[in-house]
Amino acid sequence: MRKRPSEFIIELCIRLSGFLVIAFVFLIFLFLLKDALSLFASHSVGSFLFGKNWLPVSDPASFGIMPLFLGSLYVTIAAIAISVPLGVGTAMFIAEVAPKSIKGVLKSLVEILAAIPSVVLGFIGIIWLGPFMRNTFHLSTGMCGLTGSLLLAFMALPTIISMSEDALVGVPRSYREAATGLGATRWQTLWRIILPAASSGIIAAVMLGIGRVIGETMVVMMVTGNAPVMPTSILQPLRTLTATIAGEMGETVRGSEHYFALFAVGLILFIITFIINIFAELCAHRNRK
Amino acid sequence: MTTLLLADRIRTMKNTYTWMAFLLILTAFFAGCGRVADSNDTQGTIQIKGSDTLVNAAQKVSEEFMKTNPGVFVSVTGGGSGVGVASLINKSCDIASASREMMPKEIEQANKQGVFPKEIPVAHDGVALIVNKNNPIDKLSIQDLHNIFTGKAKSWKEFGGKDIAIVTLSREVSSGTYAHFKEEVVNLGDSNSNLEFSPQTLLLSSSQAIVEEVANNEAAIGYMGMGYLSDRTKTVEVAKKDEFYLPDIEAVNNGKYPLARLLYFYTNGEPKGAVKQFIDFALSPAGQQQFAETGFVPLGVAGAEKTQ
Repeated sequence: MRKRPSEFIIELCIRLSGFLVIAFVFLIFLFLLKDALSLFASHSVGSFLFGKNWLPVSDPASFGIMPLFLGSLYVTIAAIAISVPLGVGTAMFIAEVAPKSIKGVLKSLVEILAAIPSVVLGFIGIIWLGPFMRNTFHLSTGMCGLTGSLLLAFMALPTIISMSEDALVGVPRSYREAATGLGATRWQTLWRIILPAASSGIIAAVMLGIGRVIGETMVVMMVTGNAPVMPTSILQPLRTLTATIAGEMGETVRGSEHYFALFAVGLILFIITFIINIFAELCAHRNRK
Repeated sequence: MTTLLLADRIRTMKNTYTWMAFLLILTAFFAGCGRVADSNDTQGTIQIKGSDTLVNAAQKVSEEFMKTNPGVFVSVTGGGSGVGVASLINKSCDIASASREMMPKEIEQANKQGVFPKEIPVAHDGVALIVNKNNPIDKLSIQDLHNIFTGKAKSWKEFGGKDIAIVTLSREVSSGTYAHFKEEVVNLGDSNSNLEFSPQTLLLSSSQAIVEEVANNEAAIGYMGMGYLSDRTKTVEVAKKDEFYLPDIEAVNNGKYPLARLLYFYTNGEPKGAVKQFIDFALSPAGQQQFAETGFVPLGVAGAEKTQ
């Protein structure tokens, strides 16, 4: 059958936009790579990846991203440890337990949670959560990793909840019916049947949550204190990869070593989120089969 | 990440109306982008970018300026002196405000891009040191500050205060105040010194964040331009050797306050047209009055031109 011209045009547009997105990602990667690699003309890859000092404006400058990488890692792990149980629990409640009337309200509330601008959360962190953490844990300052993690957990929650909920709802009805038929209680069905069946979708949700947390900038810049020190505890001020780029990009002279170093940090971040996204995609894919 | 979330949401948009609304918003968004890009070329628009220290003052000057020159629109943004200088070099602003002098490296970079920065001092400023109101300390010498900010002094006890660990607060490296403070206090004015802020120092992204932390934390000490002083924190008297001064107009004026400095506007070459009008206004008594009202020291009254 011959295609109608309008159909042909629409198909072409869709195909073009698809290719455009791929092209953009590829171009961004090339752009990052080009400027990042310039750094390695003067600094070795080893000293960049494993260096323990980030002193970008000193003479001679040293660009070791280990403290920044560990900072990002600490904050992310803590944020995920907080948000995953909370998020998956909420998703289970919305999907399986809550009565219809509450379900709708909860879902829209979760959506609203996603709409809170990160700078507002950061402000709450400075004004309220920071002092609260200092008094609770008797710290020298409330501007520490855990303060950032708490706020980031809050930001990752909507992603984790809505995606996990989708995965739980997507479990075939026949599973439920079979379990009930075998005499399983509601809790047994949920815990032993539905949750494992939805696990790959939930893992994908968690991965995307991690991606959201590791790439978040404003909140961590505002509340984690940004001290570029090798972190030993989550209750200590620390500096993340993203906050470093955001905080320092303004100062750099274009084409300087510092400028290239920030691009190299960007490249590392890009690679990390890329890997996480691939994992998420793989998990989500396995679910659909 | 957002794109994926968005994609999720789009998938749930079931009816065509939602789709249409979405497309409409998208179109409006891109149309909006186009307009913003155009306005850069319009004559009678002045972009001022740079120092966070100067941003309030520059805003006030520009508001006053726009009252008398309704045909000119002035927009002021902060971000740090480095941001301002970088945008001057990239030609994305007309005036760069800076709380430090441009570095030779930057001038060289500017010349390479065909930009020839002209330096115009606009006001005097003192870098103020603030501590929590419950902190008994009220005097510190430059040497004390050096010990505190390099991490040699660990506890307030060493200066006669309580036995609690000192929390040092600094601005991000894009701040001109950071550069000035590093040179005068951390390096004690020695340009060959390679001493650093202690790595435990918290780098905060705005002067307001520093005020907030100091107001809440008994152990904290921070610095910022005197325009940001408020009664929520205690200002420390500072001495080069043994004469202690508060960063007030008089001490900055007569050059006795040790951490005084000049604040600058930079333009690409000699200012012309609307930019020249604006700079002339900023340097006029009416313009200088605005700097005074935002907590800085006007140029005219400062007897000591080289307070550094």
